[in-house]
Amino acid sequence: MNDPLMIGGHTFQSRFILGSGKFTLEIVKAVVENGGAEMVTLALRRANLGGEENILDYIPKGITLLPNTSGARNAEEAVRIARLAREMECGDFVKVEVIRDSKYLLPDNDETIKATEILAKEGFIVMPYMYPDLYTARALVDAGAAAVMPLAAPIGSNKGLSTRDFIQILVDEIDLPIIVDAGIGRPSQACEAMEMGVDAIMCNTAVATAGNVALMAKSFKQAIEAGRGAYLAGPGRVLQNRAEASSPLTGFLED
Amino acid sequence: MAINKLNHMDYMDGMEAIDSNIMDKVLYYAEAFDYRRYTRQDVIGALAKDLLSIEDYAAILSPAAIPFLEEMARKAKLETAKHFGNSVCLFTPLYIANYCENHCVYCGFNCTNQIRRGKLTLQEIEEELQAIASTGLKEILLLTGESRKKSGVEYIGEAVKLAAKYFSTVGIEIYPLNTQEYAYLHDCGADFVSVYQETYNPNKYEQVHVRGPKRIYPYRFNAQERALLGGMRGVAFGALLGLDDYRKDAFAAGLHAYLIQKKYPHAEISFSTPRLRPYINNAENNPHDVHEKQLLQVMLAYRLFMPYAGITISTRERAGFRDHVIGMAATKISAGVRVGVGGHNEEEKGDEQFQISDPRSVQEVHQMIVNRGLQPVYTDYIRV
Repeated sequence: MNDPLMIGGHTFQSRFILGSGKFTLEIVKAVVENGGAEMVTLALRRANLGGEENILDYIPKGITLLPNTSGARNAEEAVRIARLAREMECGDFVKVEVIRDSKYLLPDNDETIKATEILAKEGFIVMPYMYPDLYTARALVDAGAAAVMPLAAPIGSNKGLSTRDFIQILVDEIDLPIIVDAGIGRPSQACEAMEMGVDAIMCNTAVATAGNVALMAKSFKQAIEAGRGAYLAGPGRVLQNRAEASSPLTGFLED
Repeated sequence: MAINKLNHMDYMDGMEAIDSNIMDKVLYYAEAFDYRRYTRQDVIGALAKDLLSIEDYAAILSPAAIPFLEEMARKAKLETAKHFGNSVCLFTPLYIANYCENHCVYCGFNCTNQIRRGKLTLQEIEEELQAIASTGLKEILLLTGESRKKSGVEYIGEAVKLAAKYFSTVGIEIYPLNTQEYAYLHDCGADFVSVYQETYNPNKYEQVHVRGPKRIYPYRFNAQERALLGGMRGVAFGALLGLDDYRKDAFAAGLHAYLIQKKYPHAEISFSTPRLRPYINNAENNPHDVHEKQLLQVMLAYRLFMPYAGITISTRERAGFRDHVIGMAATKISAGVRVGVGGHNEEEKGDEQFQISDPRSVQEVHQMIVNRGLQPVYTDYIRV
C-alpha cells in the first residue's frame, strides 16, 4: 500500500516517530530498525559533540533527525535552541517544545505559536508540540507549522488518549498532519489514535521502559500500521446495542 | 564560650528579606507533623494514588511505612522510569575554598576546627577544571566554605566564568546570597543553586549553628527563592539527616521544595539526602539513627511525593547503596569525587569536609551505570 506521510515537502513511509530521550543509547539502533522509524527526535541539550554518550552518535545514518527545543521556557529560548540545532547540522526539522511547568511538563501554547512563526520564517520545518486546542492549532497553521503535535496525556504518563475528543476535533478541522506526541503507553492506544485519523504517532517512554524494548518497538509499528489500515478502510456500521423500537416514531408518514 | 545572644530568627544587616510566606507554612506543617499517628491503612491508601497529597507524603515517611519499603521501591522505580527513563546524570563537585566563618557543631569545615584551610587561585581553578573536563564530565558543582571575606562573590563569579568555559552545566553550593548576587552569578554562567537547611527545626538549628551568618535561619531558608528570583534555573533542597529528628526534617524539606515549585512552576527541583558522617577531629560524630533503611525511605518518599524532582546520591554513601538507588529513586550521581580543596590536578590545598565512601572514578561509575542497563548522561542542559 502506497500511503506516504508528507511533512514539509518530505515523504516518509513510516508513521512511527521515535523519541530518544529516555533510552539506553546503545539500543537506539535496534529500536529504530524494529520499529521501522524514519524520524527520531533528540533533545539538543543531550547533544555532546565530540564528548561522551553523544546522542547524535547513536542515531543510525539515513534517519531524519527531529531536534527538539526541550528546556526552553519561552519562545525566545526555543528559537535559540533551534538555531543551535541547525548550526550543529541537525537539519531543518525542529520540534518546538516550550514548557514552563516542571511538574506536568505541559506545553505553553501561546509561546509555542510565537516560536513557530519565527522559525517557519527562517525556513525551518516546524512541528510544534501543543496542548490540543482548536484555536491554537489554527494559529499554528497560520504561523507556518508543518504539522501539529497534540499531546494525548502528560509526557511519560503512559495514560493513553486522555484528550481523545479534542484530538479528534483537530483531525477533523486542521489540514496539516496531526501527530500524537505524548502519553501513549500501549500499542493498542496508538492503534486507536490511528483509527481516528491521526497521521502519525510519536512515542518514547512506553518503548524505552518496556521489558523487551525491541519487541515493543515492533509491536508499536504493527499497531500503528493496523490503525492506519483501519482508518483507510473506513470502519463498518456499528449497531447500537439495543432493540429497534416496535412503534417507529416516523410510522405516521403517509406519502 | 560566651553565650551567643544573636537571635537566629532576625536578619543581620545586609541580608535581603523577600516577601514570602513559604517558611511560615513549612514551619506550621512540620510542627503539626506527628508521624506516630499514621497507620498501615494510611500507607496503603497513599501508595494506591497517582499523585500524593501532603498527608500521603507524611504517611509514607512515617514508621508505619517501613514494612512497605519494598512496595515503595517498586512504585518509585516506575515513577523514576516514567519521568527520567533510563537516564542517570553524572557530575562532580569541586571545592575551591574551605574557609568558613560559621561555627556549626557538626561540620568538618567549622571555624573552630583546626584543619588545613585553603583557597585555589584562579589559575589553580582552571587547572582543576581542565583535569575534571578531561574525564568527559560536562556538569560541575562549585563549592566553597561559607566565608564572604575569604571567598567573596566576585571570586566565585570568576570561578563560575571559568567553569562555564569547560562545562555545559554549572551549579554552586556556597553561602546564601541576596537576589542581585545570585543574578550576578547567573550572568557569570551558573544555573543551579544548592542550599541545605541542615535542620528545619528552628530550636535545633539555633543550638547547632553557634556563630556566623549561617545562624540566621530565615535567610538560609529563603535562599532558593532568592536564587530563582535572581534568574537561576533550578534549586536543590536537603536536610542533613541525623542532625535532628530526620523524619520531621525530611518532611519539611519535601514540603519546602513542593511549595517553591508551586510558586515558581518553571523551577527545576532536586533533592540531596546527606546523612551525618564522621569528619576529621571528631570521631564521635556518627549518623545515629539514620541507617540505610531509613535513608532509603526518605529517598523513596521524595520520589513518590515529587516524581518529577531530581535526586542526587552522594559519595557519602557506599558504592553498593548508590548503585542500587539509581534508576529507583536517584537520578544523578557524582563520580571522581574529592572533598578537599582542589585535588583533581594538584595535591589538595585544604582538608576534607567529610569522609567519602565511594572513591570510584568517572569511568568506573559510567561502567556501573551501563552494567545496570541504564544510560549515563553527561549533558542534560543547554544554556541559551
